[in-house]
Amino acid sequence: MRLRANLVIGGTLLTAVTAIAVTAAFWTPYAPRAVNLRRRLNPPSDLHWLGTDEFGRDVLSRLMVGAETSLTVAAVTVLVAMAIGVAIGLLAGFFRGWTDRALMALNDALLAFPGILLALGLLTVIGPSKWGIVLALGLAYAPAVARVVRGSVLSLREREFIEASRALGNSELYTLWRHVLPNCVSPLTVLATSMFGWVILSESALSFLGLGVPPPAPSWGNMLSTARPFLESATWLSIAPGVMIALCLLGTNLLGDALRDLLDPRT
Amino acid sequence: MIGYAARRSLAAIPTLLLVAIAVFLLMRLIPGDPAQLMLGDAASAEEVQALRRSMGLEAPLPLQFLHWAGAALGGNLGRSITNGEPVLPLILSRFSVTAAIVLLAVALATLVAVPLGMLAAWKQNRATDLAVVAFATLMLSIPSFWLGLILLLVFGVKLGWLPVVGFVTFAEDPWAAAAYIVLPVATLVLIELGGMTRMARAATIDVLRLDYISHARAKGLSEFTVMRRHALPNAFAPTLTLIGLVLGNLLGGIAVIETVFTLPGLGRLLVEAIFQRDYPVVQGVMLFVAGIYVVVNLLVDLAYPIFDPRVTAE
Repeated sequence: MRLRANLVIGGTLLTAVTAIAVTAAFWTPYAPRAVNLRRRLNPPSDLHWLGTDEFGRDVLSRLMVGAETSLTVAAVTVLVAMAIGVAIGLLAGFFRGWTDRALMALNDALLAFPGILLALGLLTVIGPSKWGIVLALGLAYAPAVARVVRGSVLSLREREFIEASRALGNSELYTLWRHVLPNCVSPLTVLATSMFGWVILSESALSFLGLGVPPPAPSWGNMLSTARPFLESATWLSIAPGVMIALCLLGTNLLGDALRDLLDPRT
Repeated sequence: MIGYAARRSLAAIPTLLLVAIAVFLLMRLIPGDPAQLMLGDAASAEEVQALRRSMGLEAPLPLQFLHWAGAALGGNLGRSITNGEPVLPLILSRFSVTAAIVLLAVALATLVAVPLGMLAAWKQNRATDLAVVAFATLMLSIPSFWLGLILLLVFGVKLGWLPVVGFVTFAEDPWAAAAYIVLPVATLVLIELGGMTRMARAATIDVLRLDYISHARAKGLSEFTVMRRHALPNAFAPTLTLIGLVLGNLLGGIAVIETVFTLPGLGRLLVEAIFQRDYPVVQGVMLFVAGIYVVVNLLVDLAYPIFDPRVTAE
């Protein structure tokens, strides 16, 4: 019962946000960067459903484009983290010995930077931009992927079907790709779903700090950051972007719970 | 027990070393000459050359690292580029603000989350459980800085109960300081409650399946005694590990909360240093926070056997 509810509610929320993002790629009520100084800080009305910001820009339009930005950044970041993490994890788990020890030592050192600290450090080097965030968060989350993949590989490599593949004369690389990797898919799906949520949260936090998507391009994080000085005079600016982030994360968390129940019957 | 503690403590040393290497190399990845970066564009070629020599930048990279790490061990993390202050005292003064908020928030969140999670597990799959899990999942999905803004809006702006901007240290005026700290702490407690409650619930469900719980119940103990005396210690152990991770995550991500509440903490120091390209400060804060995180995890592992003695048997 709970599984079904999680799946339906989580799926609906994420589909809705995706639909908003796709729509924004083709159409928004107003141009998201169009400044209109005669309509500065207008409260929600028939003309502007979610009001206007300090430059008279339409909040709804910016919110929609923000969805596009957040989802793109999150999806590409997860792919980057997965690609790097899977490569490191497979190599470490399969070749063991010194390769494993060296890669895992590096991995553990990177995992010792809590939260977004590593991403903050990497952004110092890369510089803040949309793709800078993708690279910084991708590198920061790769060690977690590597750890999961290595664990699965270590438990898989002694199993009979891997022995059988070797005995048939298949190369190590072929065995790795054809037989080991497909068995890592279900833990990786669960991880990728949670990671999608972490990235949306981290991206909005970094943009809120001014280290993420640079204005005037809209993102939920930088919209909240510019809303802070207008907390008293223009309350609506602080509400909508936060609701969007929360709905996105709620969808991801519920879907993640559902996937964990489906793919990992242990719990 | 002593063997376990010694082994675990020794294992932290290579991690700390690798963290130091990672921080050192990260800052060397920045394009350009470090001496030039530290002095800024206005510096003359002679000044840059002199600093290069005093920083030991002519030496091979491993020697440079040893030089830097040796100084760091002695408490010398260099000087800030922007105001010339030594980095370590700067970090420590800002850390006192952050540490107070984070420790208070984690302690309060634990006190609420563990009983709440155990209650949900005890009532597994009933209305109480569903309500607790729904609340925890909702809290897990709200960004901390947004919750902070909303609390500020309600209690600071609309109701006017608490100040919206500013900070006073405890040494200056304890009552005023408390007023500034209430909202940030409340925000962090609510946010961390989500993950911790879910963890406490999952751990308790695992424990309640075990035979010794059935045995305790068969002895005729009351449900309250079974939960408190028998389930709590074993269910608390995994939550303790999570508390270590949460402490680290809060230290790593505290900048957003400090930005919302305009608190002069460690996170703000790091973000300001990133904006000003103040590399010695960035390097210092990263080393400091990662170091604290390693030590906190070590302490958690050392405390673990108190709740679950099986781990030392290995």
